[in-house]
Amino acid sequence: MLKVEKIEVRYSGVPVIHDVSFHVNGGELVSIVGANGSGKTTLLKTVAGTLHPEKGSIEFENEDISRSSTVNIVRKGITYVPEERRIFGPLSVEENLKLGAYIVDDREEIEKNLDYVYGLFPILKTRRKQLGETLSGGEQQMLAIGRGLMSSPKLLMLDEPSLGLMPKLVDEMLEAVATLKGEGITILLVEQKVREALEMADRGYVLQTGRTIYKGTGEELLETDIVKKAFLGL
Amino acid sequence: MEMLLSTLISALQMGMLFALVALGLAIIFGVMNIVNFAHGEFLMVGMYTAFLTATIFSIEPLLTLPIAAMVGFLLGIASYYMLVRYLLKGPMIAQLLGTFGLMIFLRYLAMCIFGPDYETLEHGLLIGKSIKLGAVVLSYPRLGTAVLSMLAFGIIYWMMDYTRLGKALKATALDVEAAGYMGIDTERMRGLAWGLGGATVGIAGALLINFYYVFPTIGILFCMIAFATVALGGFGSIKGAFIAGLIMGMIIDLGGTYIGPQYKFALVYLTFFLVVVIRPKGLFGW
Ligand SMILES: Nc1ncnc2c1ncn2[C@@H]1O[C@H](COP(=O)(O)OP(=O)(O)OP(=O)(O)O)[C@@H](O)[C@H]1O
Ligand SMILES: [Mg+2]
Repeated sequence: MLKVEKIEVRYSGVPVIHDVSFHVNGGELVSIVGANGSGKTTLLKTVAGTLHPEKGSIEFENEDISRSSTVNIVRKGITYVPEERRIFGPLSVEENLKLGAYIVDDREEIEKNLDYVYGLFPILKTRRKQLGETLSGGEQQMLAIGRGLMSSPKLLMLDEPSLGLMPKLVDEMLEAVATLKGEGITILLVEQKVREALEMADRGYVLQTGRTIYKGTGEELLETDIVKKAFLGL
Repeated sequence: MEMLLSTLISALQMGMLFALVALGLAIIFGVMNIVNFAHGEFLMVGMYTAFLTATIFSIEPLLTLPIAAMVGFLLGIASYYMLVRYLLKGPMIAQLLGTFGLMIFLRYLAMCIFGPDYETLEHGLLIGKSIKLGAVVLSYPRLGTAVLSMLAFGIIYWMMDYTRLGKALKATALDVEAAGYMGIDTERMRGLAWGLGGATVGIAGALLINFYYVFPTIGILFCMIAFATVALGGFGSIKGAFIAGLIMGMIIDLGGTYIGPQYKFALVYLTFFLVVVIRPKGLFGW
């Protein structure tokens, strides 16, 4: 479904991602793990069209999207749920969700997706009139994910959904991600909770200073020395 | 007592026009965080558009409103796509000086074309008419201007809250990057903000000629009032622009009447200053 081939990404001339390749098949959950600053967010933003690769190609459903704008990429069915959540603070929960469905013209589909998100995160339904900025961190994360689902994406990219949450909420959040996977949504997940992220994943990639140093199934990666030492403290 | 009542009514009427003038400035600032120094000149262009259309084709001045709105819209769009878009890539100072340059350009272009004379409309549905209600005299041009300003303001306000386009503009104003992730074409929203800013102030200009002179440097006066209004209301806040417009009307008219006409603009600056010092984000700022 998504095929990233040997991309290099730079910030003002300085390469941050070097020669990275990975792919995501339809229905898969693929996790990308790596230390802080290894380039995970940069990678997702490049797929989302906020950044463009200097070299290499990005294909989505066999179409080159490496030069496409974010708008066109969203329209093609990829949504990015950013690390900082970036919900619209002064707007209500429901307004935030409806903005997530901005590209959807069919009202019935919007209602259906709204019901779906409220089913997945019931707390959002009880707070639907509340302003985004008054939600707790965990609720804001649910809202960010819910908003990302509102456009019925083919590929959902989640950037550290458990960031800054207390342990109980981390589990809940990752369970929600597992539920989404169970329902057949294709997910590209970036997570700092390495063990959980790899256990859930069909496949994964380990990123280090902008290069993929390992790839494999979740179980395979959990057995590698680097993952054991660097991330699991074994 | 009667004087107070007339002054209050006049203040409210002017306030509604000030609100409409400030609206465009607030929209542009809200969506892009850029202060359009040429905003007063956009008003001037709206005034000349309406004045010339009405005099050359001998048509009713009120019928020139859509034309002034259209010209304002195009002026805003052109400013964005031909100038502001490039300024955004430069440093902060380029953004400040850029629209300042546009202001100077438009002002002296008008000076070249029209000369420094004051022009005024002589005929029109509202012009020169008034109605007496008890002791209070209501002038038609001001009354009509107030009503139509409020109508135009209301339409934009409604659009922002209840249409898909308005929501997209709001989202872009709140967080461009996040709006992009929603699939909103933020570049188009920015152009549109300039178009709307130009159109609303164009309408304000076409209303203003019903009771005010038009001349090439009129922009300075209204630009300062609009800046003070937007600062008071809160940069980017539409509701704030409305309420602050009414307050500005009060300050100018009540101050002019009870303190002395020579002080009315000093009072505007004083308000501006106090807002910046005491509550920099304004009454309704984010
Ligand atoms: N806007 C930017 N300009 C310049 N350099 C940047 C920018 N954003 C990120 N970088 C650099 O690029 C590298 C990768 O950053 P990135 O945010 O992609 O890492 P990450 O893996 O997501 O880290 P984290 O786990 O902390 O979120 C870092 O060295 C960072 O300093
Ligand atoms: Mg990151």
